[in-house]
Amino acid sequence: MIDKKTLDQHGLTEDEYGLIVGLIGREPNLTELGIFSVMWSEHCGYKSSRVHLKKLPTEGKHVVQGPGENAGILDIGDGQVIVFKIESHNHPSFIEPYQGAATGVGGILRDIFTMGARPIAVLDSLRFGPPDDPKNRSVMEGVVSGIAGYGNSIGVPTVGGEVYFNPCYDLNPLVNVFCLGLADKDKIFYAKAEGAGNKVLYVGAKTGRDGIHGATMASAEFGKETEHKRPNVQVGDPFKEKLLLEACLEVMDRGLIVGIQDMGAAGLTCSTTEMADKGGMGIVVDLDKVPQREAGMTPYEILLSESQERMLIVAAPEKVAAVQEIFAKWDLDAPVIGEVVEGGRARISFKGEVVVDIPVDAVVNLCPAYNRPSRAPAVLPSPADLPPLPLPGDYGDVFLKLLASPTIADKEWVFRQYDHMVQVNTAFLPGADAALLRIKGSKKALAVSLDGNSLYTRLDPKTGAKIAVAEACRNLVCVGARPVGVTNCLNFGNPEKPEVMWQFEQAVDGMAEACRAFGIPVTGGNVSFYNDTEGLSIHPTPVLGIVGILDDIRKAVSPGFKAAGDAVVLLGENMEELGGSEYIRIVHNLEAGAPPAMDLEREKRLQEFLLEAMGAGLVRSAHDLAEGGLTVALAECAFHGARKTGCEVDLTDTLRPDALLFGETQSRIVITCRPANLGRFLKTAAARGVPAKSIGRTGGRDIAVRQKGRELLRVPVEKAYRAWKDALPNFFKVRT
Amino acid sequence: MKFGVVQFPGSNCDFDTFHVLRNVMKRETALLWHKDHDLQGVDCVVLPGGFSYGDYLRSGAIARFSPLMQEVKAFARAGGHVLGICNGFQILLELGLLPGAMIRNKNLKFLCQHVHIRIENEKTDFTRAGRKGQVLRIPIAHFDGNYYAAARVLKDIERHRQVVFRYCDAEGNITEEANVNGSLGNIAGIRNREGNVLGLMPHPERASEALLGSKDGRTIFASLILSLERRKPARRPVLRERARHD
Repeated sequence: MIDKKTLDQHGLTEDEYGLIVGLIGREPNLTELGIFSVMWSEHCGYKSSRVHLKKLPTEGKHVVQGPGENAGILDIGDGQVIVFKIESHNHPSFIEPYQGAATGVGGILRDIFTMGARPIAVLDSLRFGPPDDPKNRSVMEGVVSGIAGYGNSIGVPTVGGEVYFNPCYDLNPLVNVFCLGLADKDKIFYAKAEGAGNKVLYVGAKTGRDGIHGATMASAEFGKETEHKRPNVQVGDPFKEKLLLEACLEVMDRGLIVGIQDMGAAGLTCSTTEMADKGGMGIVVDLDKVPQREAGMTPYEILLSESQERMLIVAAPEKVAAVQEIFAKWDLDAPVIGEVVEGGRARISFKGEVVVDIPVDAVVNLCPAYNRPSRAPAVLPSPADLPPLPLPGDYGDVFLKLLASPTIADKEWVFRQYDHMVQVNTAFLPGADAALLRIKGSKKALAVSLDGNSLYTRLDPKTGAKIAVAEACRNLVCVGARPVGVTNCLNFGNPEKPEVMWQFEQAVDGMAEACRAFGIPVTGGNVSFYNDTEGLSIHPTPVLGIVGILDDIRKAVSPGFKAAGDAVVLLGENMEELGGSEYIRIVHNLEAGAPPAMDLEREKRLQEFLLEAMGAGLVRSAHDLAEGGLTVALAECAFHGARKTGCEVDLTDTLRPDALLFGETQSRIVITCRPANLGRFLKTAAARGVPAKSIGRTGGRDIAVRQKGRELLRVPVEKAYRAWKDALPNFFKVRT
Repeated sequence: MKFGVVQFPGSNCDFDTFHVLRNVMKRETALLWHKDHDLQGVDCVVLPGGFSYGDYLRSGAIARFSPLMQEVKAFARAGGHVLGICNGFQILLELGLLPGAMIRNKNLKFLCQHVHIRIENEKTDFTRAGRKGQVLRIPIAHFDGNYYAAARVLKDIERHRQVVFRYCDAEGNITEEANVNGSLGNIAGIRNREGNVLGLMPHPERASEALLGSKDGRTIFASLILSLERRKPARRPVLRERARHD
């Protein structure tokens, strides 16, 4: 008998239980209940988010596969496709930072190679509490070394990403991992179990008791007792995954299999039922044939284990031997554990007894979707929330303070722990606006940017989400790539709180609107709810992963100043927008106001124009203005440039000087061009309706900014560079 | 001439090295499987970077026992050229083909970054395309690249001019700051006394195309080609014979 307590432990409501009984026509046994519990968890079933996610545009002429598979697929021409997705591993990374992050990498890699693609790049979007707290530092060290430990070993470069710091992540860090893969269009594989009589093979690591109910854990709030959940976190083995990757790609390349699915969340349960459902078939599995790491495991444990580095393969009976031979070459077992059958039921036996007999459709597709109540907060943030802010006395000091703020400071401490060069495709090292990867044997290149500013989304989730899309696209355009597809990772609090649900709705609306405006489809993603610890929700944090294509890598543009004497041009307009800025957070200790406005049409014009100007060879460097505004952007151009050339600029705007220097008005890019090309550049900009002003020249050893001739700030590049470069490592110096 | 790149389970720079030797240096290149006993008649064996067998024990400690490595050992003892890059260098140390050992980087973190190395000995088969004192900009990517050897061994390898590369700054000065992983004597690469085996921690295959930021790594591959294409590879048949009895 299933009682209320058992249901609670499984995160199911009594209504949901009633539904299950109706669907299978009897009371489920405990194993079956466990299966429903994970498959209908928020993590696997998307029960709170599904009704909203439908609003996202998913169509486009290059889309080969949209949401619903392990990852999205886009056609990039020349018979090749890209396969990409982002996924969160927030809860495990808080409980056990190293393994949580490591298995986050392992999981997303499997999502990519299970489709026949070789993973070519990983990027991470990380959110931690401020690094002055030793607990946050320890989480961060664990997460970074976990990502490094897995990615470096398996040989997929971690080429970029972002790291933000805010106290709202003190007890709930975010670890979102993006992976990009490359495949031949005619060698894509899907998670389909087709053809009655075909064999089901289990490959990879043995099944242990680790990670049981990981998906259910990720679908609940955390209290103080999270330490006890450590056994729910899986342990990664990148070496095993490397073997699995090579063996899987080899059997796929040889055309030996029908379908393949990784065992991620909900392990064997999810992979067997989903594959059967997608193939419109049933499946029989004999659990005694499943390789097990420990003795005495129950069917419940075997089915719900989330042991890593395992895959399920469906192959025709006559191909089984050939598949097994390839796995043996890579020192992996590939036992047959079941068969595809007619009838749409999953029948699972253990020691000769049927322990599960349920319709796959019910498990996979009939998880209830909830349109949960949502409520806007009583008072919406507005620009009027900002109290009158005193002007700082010394803008140079503020500038240095911003450069040293952990969110803006150089992240080399993080990315030099990642092998970002293996596979020899990395054309831009981490730190550029977007990661840039060449495609061997072609002139083309792929660019990727991850973006999401949760200060903005907290103040105005809709505008914040639009900005995230716009900025990720702007980053791609800054290196010369055209955005082609989107994946998103939506990190929110408890969806049962109406305010959180409102944030979610608003953010999805904003994202949908922006993606439509830019004409880029969303091909998949991941929702992470219940980012609440001890009752506190994180800021709503939608993270966008956008991929772009550059037709000719020789035309790629990097952010660094190229030479002294070049013209510095500011695209876009400066406005008095200080709400949600890093400046007011750091200097005035405020997270308030409204975030900067986002005019999608204006943004689109800006991006189209910049691509055109780059195509005409007019642009020597380009960098988008983000946290810290104009001065920080100029500094970064100097830091990335040859010989750390400085610049002298003079602005004619009549604005509060702090807004001019540090405001985060959107749709702005700073570029440099040869003086000889300046006239043509400005003329074209005017013709395209894009505001563009020549604001100064590169050169000298300082970063100097004037307003109408009055010098606001002059700081030596070297001094600024040290502030920016040393900030993060200083937190991690051994204290004696 | 023909290169052979060894594939261990867990190698991850095998395809990169193969790509550069074949598509950039334009030389015939074979992939050599760790379970085989066949060196496929190559003139130079390259042990690529990666995490052979996961490197869960000491880096390179398991790879030395693989079937193919018995052939590689015999090949090297017979004068065949062997280049170990990163994990390949670690394996050569474990195998005893080169002296010394690797310990954790001094900051106890994995390090991936461009570094500068100075050619200390330009009269080797691995550096003859370069100049004495030439500074190469080549990336490293390792956890265990902190070279260590007992004082007596160190003295010995210095005396026999076996140190081929040292970490230096952009101007070629051997400084403590440039010694990112903490190696004794800033050692980045050494050869054996006979001069046919070289190991280095930096990855020349990652610095062989302008698009990726540096072409300096080609100096090492070009040197090998220069050295080996001058000779007649007469030793191969003999080698097969020996290997069988090993």
